[in-house]
Amino acid sequence: MSADVLLPAARRSLLGRADAVVKLAGALLLTAVLVVSADPVTSGVVLLGELLLLGLAGQRPLALLLRAWPVVVAALVSGWGTALLAEDSGPVLLDLGVTEISAGSVAAGAAIALRGLALALPGLLVLLTTDPTDLADGLAQTVRLPARFVLASLAALRLVGVMVAEWNTLAMARRARGAGSGHGPAAALREFGGQAFTLLVQSLRRATRLSVTMEARGFGAGPRTWARVPRRSWRDAVVLGACALLAAAGPVVSVLAGQHRFIWA
Amino acid sequence: MTATAAAAAPVAAARGARVEAHGFGWHHPGRAEPALHGVDLVLEPGERVLLLGPSGAGKSTLLHALAGVLHDDDGQSRLGELLLDGVSPEQARGRAGLVQQDPESQVVLSRIGDDTAFGLENLAVPREQIWPRVREALDQVGLNLPLDHSTSALSGGQKQRLALAGAVAMDPGLLLLDEPTANLDPTGVEQVRDAVLSCLERSGATLVVVEHRTAVWADAVDRVVVLGRGGGITHDGPPAEVFGAAADELRAAGVWVPGWVPPTRPAPRAPDAPAVPLLTAGDLSVSRRQPTRRQLRARRRALRTGRPATDAAAGRDLPPAVADVDAVLRRGRVLALTGPNGAGKSTVALTLAGLLAPVRGTVTAHPGLERGAGPDPLAWSGRELVARIGTVFQEPEHQFLRPTVRDELEHGPRLAGAGPEERRRRADELLDRLRLAHVAEANPFTLSGGEQRRLSVATVLATAPDVLVLDEPTFGQDALTWAELVDLLVGLVEAGTSVLAVTHDAEFVRALGADVLDLGEHPPRVLRPAGTTGEGSR
Repeated sequence: MSADVLLPAARRSLLGRADAVVKLAGALLLTAVLVVSADPVTSGVVLLGELLLLGLAGQRPLALLLRAWPVVVAALVSGWGTALLAEDSGPVLLDLGVTEISAGSVAAGAAIALRGLALALPGLLVLLTTDPTDLADGLAQTVRLPARFVLASLAALRLVGVMVAEWNTLAMARRARGAGSGHGPAAALREFGGQAFTLLVQSLRRATRLSVTMEARGFGAGPRTWARVPRRSWRDAVVLGACALLAAAGPVVSVLAGQHRFIWA
Repeated sequence: MTATAAAAAPVAAARGARVEAHGFGWHHPGRAEPALHGVDLVLEPGERVLLLGPSGAGKSTLLHALAGVLHDDDGQSRLGELLLDGVSPEQARGRAGLVQQDPESQVVLSRIGDDTAFGLENLAVPREQIWPRVREALDQVGLNLPLDHSTSALSGGQKQRLALAGAVAMDPGLLLLDEPTANLDPTGVEQVRDAVLSCLERSGATLVVVEHRTAVWADAVDRVVVLGRGGGITHDGPPAEVFGAAADELRAAGVWVPGWVPPTRPAPRAPDAPAVPLLTAGDLSVSRRQPTRRQLRARRRALRTGRPATDAAAGRDLPPAVADVDAVLRRGRVLALTGPNGAGKSTVALTLAGLLAPVRGTVTAHPGLERGAGPDPLAWSGRELVARIGTVFQEPEHQFLRPTVRDELEHGPRLAGAGPEERRRRADELLDRLRLAHVAEANPFTLSGGEQRRLSVATVLATAPDVLVLDEPTFGQDALTWAELVDLLVGLVEAGTSVLAVTHDAEFVRALGADVLDLGEHPPRVLRPAGTTGEGSR
């Protein structure tokens, strides 16, 4: 499945052709800055920069946010929750009786929502523009994670695609036996459990056979070579440079504006 | 030759390997009986051997041991001695290549080039040698696709050839094939066999192949070895000799001896007058992609009001797998859906069975079938469906819902509203008829392949549906299960059931005297079996 995950446009883009490990490092850098900073200015600047970079990299930021709508919804919900619960300060904007929303709590909520989005975006981008095989190659050869672990995870990832197809077949096969004719949440839960159990049994069997396949091809013992070499180019310097610049710009702007606040402050 | 030498000198390693077994066997920990024992065998380099025997005789165990993937961790499992070029197979990494039955569990990586290179990387072949060898291997198995072609986009036959390429790229001296064509259509079977033979021609490797359908390999091997159920080797010799001397033993074990079809009840005679229609497909186009709920609603509305819905709303913009199918399922008749892989046979069958939505056209249940549930099978509840159309999927395990065999058989009747006495009576009858009484309290997942197939048919029969839909019911079945299945279906058809079978199995079609709808032709049309009176297809 992994090769099909990427849209052709994503694969051809600047980010799609950049080295997987470089992208991962850039994303880690950005998230590290956001994790330690709690103020809305840092998050805002980084988010803005991320969207800008996306545009430059040939992605359509709005389309991306639409595809990743659960992340957006989660950010908004956590923002709303914060606005409700944060300590009130400043003028009251909305009085709901049990709780009231003040300018201060809205600011806190907005900060949380911004930070959530800015944190999620880099990871999402790495996911959407990286072929899992390339990432595995990079992790094993550049970062030097154990080959056995990396390749086993990669093979397992391919099975996830097989499992998705199998889940749909299972639903049909079970309807043919009259499954799912019960009503109510309890019946639905039972049916889901039964279907999941069958999927699990099938997957375990398949995984066992796959491990025999891999071992029969000499996997798991002794030194190995790599057919593919991660190739780095000017693109990787550009991507890493842009990420570093952005990671620095956020806190710098925020400090200059006198807004910067560490998470522990 | 040792593993290091094999890796360092791949060209020299390309000679056939020699196999020696002395009193060899394997006893899995915690099992009462060894899976395999008392095997004495010498295979000379370059020999091509077909390995046969009843199920449970340990054929796969022997192949796995030769492939070096069985490990004797506690020192208690291995019996006797097994040598590959004079060393234990576990020590001879890369000397044996293995191809198994299930195409899906033989693909490791997501691009065909990477997947073929996987074994070479593991053998630490230098990078500059890897890609030429990958190209050569893919070329040998006839898989002429770009190296970055997705492995998920391959057909079953192509996946098996890819698995073969992954094995032969390693230049193994011993090629091990464990039912490599059991799940393939006739074209795929030929492709895989021809690819194997061309690889052997080039490399001179020794071959050991396990396969129930022996006709595929009978002319290609020069030796047949039969394992006995009680251990050891019962027959060993040239194919003609063994198939003659061991014919009765092999038939009794369910092996498809070349040129032999197990005897079954005579096919039901076609009625003189057209039989009662139960289910009609009119101008049917089907798609593997499913319409959304919204599209389905629009479609129902359009059918009700007679006004056409827009293409997008009706799901008509989905890519059709098959177009313009007309078919009628009639009481007491069998219709076989045939055609090449990817022709959409299963999709048509599942659409007729009320499990998939048609993209265009209609599936209509006649009054004799719908009995008040309405003419559209897709709209029936699970309860209504099981009493009218029973569908048996290719993989029996997909359809098991209950913890015991008996419970499984009572499930359908319970849904249909039968009382406890009635349920027990029907379950007992089916257990008896399908020889499952000895496993009545067992978990369905623990049954053997043949038992699972019989159970999956029995569970559907428990509600006595008027229409039976079967998806490749004979794939991978031994001759015994095959014959039982044919007998059972002939009995049902004589009693008035209508059967729709997706199948590649020409013997099966003949044994049932089925009408044939070939989806490889356009437009698909129904062919009658020779010697029956014609009846209109509508």
